Amino acid sequence: MAVSELKPGQRGRVTHVNGTGAIRQRMLDMGILPNVVVEVERHAPAGDPIWIKLQGFQLSLRRKEAEAVLVAAL
Amino acid sequence: MAESSVTTRVALAGNPNSGKTSLFNALTGAHQHVGNYAGVTVEKRQGRYGHNGRRHDVLDLPGTYSLSSYTPEERIAQDELLDRGHDVVVVVVDSTALKRSLVLLAQLMQTGATCVLCLNMADEARHAGQQLDRQLLSKLLGVPVVETVGHRGQGVDRLREAIASVAHRQPGPSRVVLGERLDRAIAAVGLHLVGSEIPDEHHPWVATKLLLADPLLEERVRRGPGGEDAIGEAARQRRSIEAEVARDIALYVMECYYGFVDGLLRQTLVQPPREDARALSDRIDSVLAHRALGLPVFLAAMYAIFWLTFTAGEIPMRWIESGFAALGSSVAGLWPVGSSSPLRSLLVDGVIAGVGGVVVFLPNIVLLFMCLALLEDTGYMARAAFLMDRVMHRFGLHGRSFVPMITGFGCSVPGIMATRTLEHEHDRLATMLVLPLMSCGARLTIWMLLIPAFFAPRWRAPVLWSIYLAGIVLALLLALLLRRTVLKGEDAPFVMELPPYRLPTARAVVVKMTERSWLYLRKAGTVILAISILMWLITSYPKAPGGGAASLERSVAGRVGRAMEPALGPLGLDWKVGTALIGAFAAKEVFVAQLGIIYSVGETDTDRGAERLRQKLRRDYTPLSAMSLMLFLLIATPCMATLAVTRRESGSWRWALLQIGGLTLLGYGVALVFYQTGRLLVG
Repeated sequence: MAVSELKPGQRGRVTHVNGTGAIRQRMLDMGILPNVVVEVERHAPAGDPIWIKLQGFQLSLRRKEAEAVLVAAL
Repeated sequence: MAESSVTTRVALAGNPNSGKTSLFNALTGAHQHVGNYAGVTVEKRQGRYGHNGRRHDVLDLPGTYSLSSYTPEERIAQDELLDRGHDVVVVVVDSTALKRSLVLLAQLMQTGATCVLCLNMADEARHAGQQLDRQLLSKLLGVPVVETVGHRGQGVDRLREAIASVAHRQPGPSRVVLGERLDRAIAAVGLHLVGSEIPDEHHPWVATKLLLADPLLEERVRRGPGGEDAIGEAARQRRSIEAEVARDIALYVMECYYGFVDGLLRQTLVQPPREDARALSDRIDSVLAHRALGLPVFLAAMYAIFWLTFTAGEIPMRWIESGFAALGSSVAGLWPVGSSSPLRSLLVDGVIAGVGGVVVFLPNIVLLFMCLALLEDTGYMARAAFLMDRVMHRFGLHGRSFVPMITGFGCSVPGIMATRTLEHEHDRLATMLVLPLMSCGARLTIWMLLIPAFFAPRWRAPVLWSIYLAGIVLALLLALLLRRTVLKGEDAPFVMELPPYRLPTARAVVVKMTERSWLYLRKAGTVILAISILMWLITSYPKAPGGGAASLERSVAGRVGRAMEPALGPLGLDWKVGTALIGAFAAKEVFVAQLGIIYSVGETDTDRGAERLRQKLRRDYTPLSAMSLMLFLLIATPCMATLAVTRRESGSWRWALLQIGGLTLLGYGVALVFYQTGRLLVG
């Protein structure tokens, strides 16, 4: 499943980082890599963007970006 | 000690949000200069300091997460590092986000740069219980490691010492170990780079980029001897690696970087930061970023900021107003009463009135910048961007576009300057270009004159509201258009860091506030001064005997107004408005004053004077043509201050001219359609 499908409070272990170009590179640069655990903190009004926690810091991703990050729910 | 003639060139690199700029300010103090990189919206910040008799030039590189080639910021950072031979690169790191930051350090080390690792925000890391064996880390990396608290100016001397200690070291072999397979591939590609124009110390980095099939570096390498071979070898290695590890190369390389960093931290991170270090910040976010509460709280905060800047700014504004009026009278008093000396008129009506008209807003501007600096430095701006992004993105903008645009309701100039917080060029430009559509405070003086003149009391508020709304709607639509045409391009990543809330130091806020206010003032002193004089010239000459309205009609501005009449006719307007519009280019408030002169009504800033003007206007125009005029004024002809600041922030005249040209065309079109449709419907 994708990070965009996780509910606030749910965690997942990254399995794939899809996407292309600058967006994918930015996610890799930020440390969103396979085997990293991410936790969804909250959604913005209307469900987009999504606030996540990982590796000791916090990020927000647009829904479309979050759809590219596949996780195994924990 | 005599000053050495050798200058040490230092570059500061690091992630956005690492406190790099505060550190830069602490290092260079007042000796800094902010400009733009040619042709792009990226800020170029340079400064200098002296240490042990030697001069150090410091360049604050744009904040980057890595040295990829995707965004203008990253390309600029990479170019600076590969081309301009900095003696020392200080990598400024948020000590509480070590892993990610050390990846950037690894990449910089691969470029052969002589690095210093600066663990900034060390106070927060310590507070979170983090313990790092700095000496061991320094030994493993071969790089000095210094702790600093940039925004308090702590550790800066140690940093200067560290910089001096490595400044003229010869580049040595890279200490970055990325794993046997990747290192082997890098070496293989590097072999083909030997004998090329690329300096030896850059080879590891360039080889890595070739493995990643980076088009910019392929271009660079292709131009020299052995280039094609290197590229070919890189392709071979890449295919081989991807087959072996069953992943694409970009992912594999990043995993190797993180592997290297993990290894370093395993040995040196004695105590990781506590999990709950951000607990307070997170609790605050549960309210401020709340799915339902967040937006109302944010809108209330924005309202409070505006209320503050306009009421608290009121009193100093009055002082400045009277100050300039007094200045005007005393300069005028230097000539005998009734004198029509051109110099006197130039000074009093041109220079003092023109410059004064802009400087009078300084208190509002300073307060506004202070509030914006607070929003930014506390970290709240990132939350605002998070809340607003959905709406903004729909129109091709960015969550961070919201605050600059709202600021535009006060004045476009600080609004456009506030677009610096936008990381990506297309977002920044789109926001900048449409910002003048946010009906500013100066235009309000025009609405306050025209609306009561033509509309019955119960219609006045709705009409005012519809003007503001028209501006907002047009801004969003225009942004969308821009993003589909001129500013077309791949969507920039939104992936945005949300740092913990921080209490900004008074010093940091004051520095930001004064820097931007000073820029605003300088604009008054230069561009506006020049244009005020020009405006004075074309509205005063040639003169007619008796002065007043006849004189204005005779002047260059009057003639241009007359010449414009055929174009203005279809909008329901005439030459008088045309002439007043020319003055409005200087500053929108001037429009009212100029209309006053044309209609021979003095003192348009008193209630009585304004009412007399309204009566005269009613004779010449209808509500329909008044509305057409207001639409034109809303959209077309941003004032010269706006033009000047757009030029500055966008880095080239091209965008400023596009802005004024596009908006004028749009304004003309909208007013035309409105008026003609109205005529058809109402007759």
